[in-house]
Amino acid sequence: MRALTSAIVLAGLVLASTPAPAQEFNLVIRNHKFEPAEIRVPAGKRVSIYVSNEDATPEEFDSTALKVEKIIPGKSKGLVRIGPLDPGRYEFIGEFHADTAKGVVIAE
Amino acid sequence: MLGALVIVFREVIEAGLIIGIVLAATRGVAGRGNWVAAGVVAGVLGAGVVALFAEAIANAFEGSGQELLNASVLGAAVVMLMWHTAWMARHGREMAAEMAAVGAAVTAGQRPMTALAVVVGLAVLREGSEVVLFLYGVLAAGTSGSSLFVGGLLGLAAGAAFTALTYYGLLSIPARYIFAVTTVLIALLAAGMAAQAVQYLDNAGVISVLGRRLWDSSGILPQDGMLGRLLHTLIGYTDRPTELQLLAYLGTLALMAALAWVATPARSPRTAM
Repeated sequence: MRALTSAIVLAGLVLASTPAPAQEFNLVIRNHKFEPAEIRVPAGKRVSIYVSNEDATPEEFDSTALKVEKIIPGKSKGLVRIGPLDPGRYEFIGEFHADTAKGVVIAE
Repeated sequence: MLGALVIVFREVIEAGLIIGIVLAATRGVAGRGNWVAAGVVAGVLGAGVVALFAEAIANAFEGSGQELLNASVLGAAVVMLMWHTAWMARHGREMAAEMAAVGAAVTAGQRPMTALAVVVGLAVLREGSEVVLFLYGVLAAGTSGSSLFVGGLLGLAAGAAFTALTYYGLLSIPARYIFAVTTVLIALLAAGMAAQAVQYLDNAGVISVLGRRLWDSSGILPQDGMLGRLLHTLIGYTDRPTELQLLAYLGTLALMAALAWVATPARSPRTAM
């Protein structure tokens, strides 16, 4: 019993010390718009956003606030890694269609 | 049409600033025009290839291909700029003396243009592939495409004019100081590129330390404003730098200063020590 308890405690410690895998979020570009246009992510953590561009034309996920500039070719997916972020609002745009493609990441 | 003009212009001025500085730094070097032109042409071809394989690149390395490519391109440019600075430290003094003696218009003799031509090529490649993809998207969308395409071409022309402006602006600096000025500009350019490169490595998930941002000056001088963009390219201004970016920036400056110091031939007064 003692052995089992210490094994569980040990396992717990090991798990706690390994960094948790980045939390994943999904975003779709359709008709030069982001869906959803608002993503809530945990502050202080690294986060992965999978951006799926369903339009035929390429788009650039662009945000100086998030420090990301990434081209997502038409009809394909791209992975955007962000964080760790302080709590707050971080706007992003699709630079190639900046008047319609707008979104915001909210870290909390 | 205006939107296309603005987007293309923004991308072109980044490469344009670099070309303007390279041209000013190599004033008087025989055949430099051909070297720079070769760099631009190679860069444009490279941009076409990158744009063509954009999807394959994006999907490479578990979705980090684009970031790794950008980091590599920037890293290579930093190395080239360091090499050039070291070379100039070794030979610049005699060249400056020569130029002052015979007048600035006369050739400053042999000088390796390869490093700077590569830097020009890499800058054009990086910014150019975005322009190519954007214009492709515009053309592929059809209907209003042609007016946007014209906008893009106008943006390109405006960017070229801006390059000329940078060049002639720098040329108005007296020949005596131009080496000093361009050396500092090139060091800051390299430091800024290094800071960008480490951020791409962070985005690629290769580096995941020192990612905290140090400050946020976007309220005072936003990086995506016109002045912010210029300073971003020119001196590596970043409105929300991470710890790692500042480290890369200062490290590059220190390394370049050290390289230049080591490469400078010993001056006679120093032997007195």
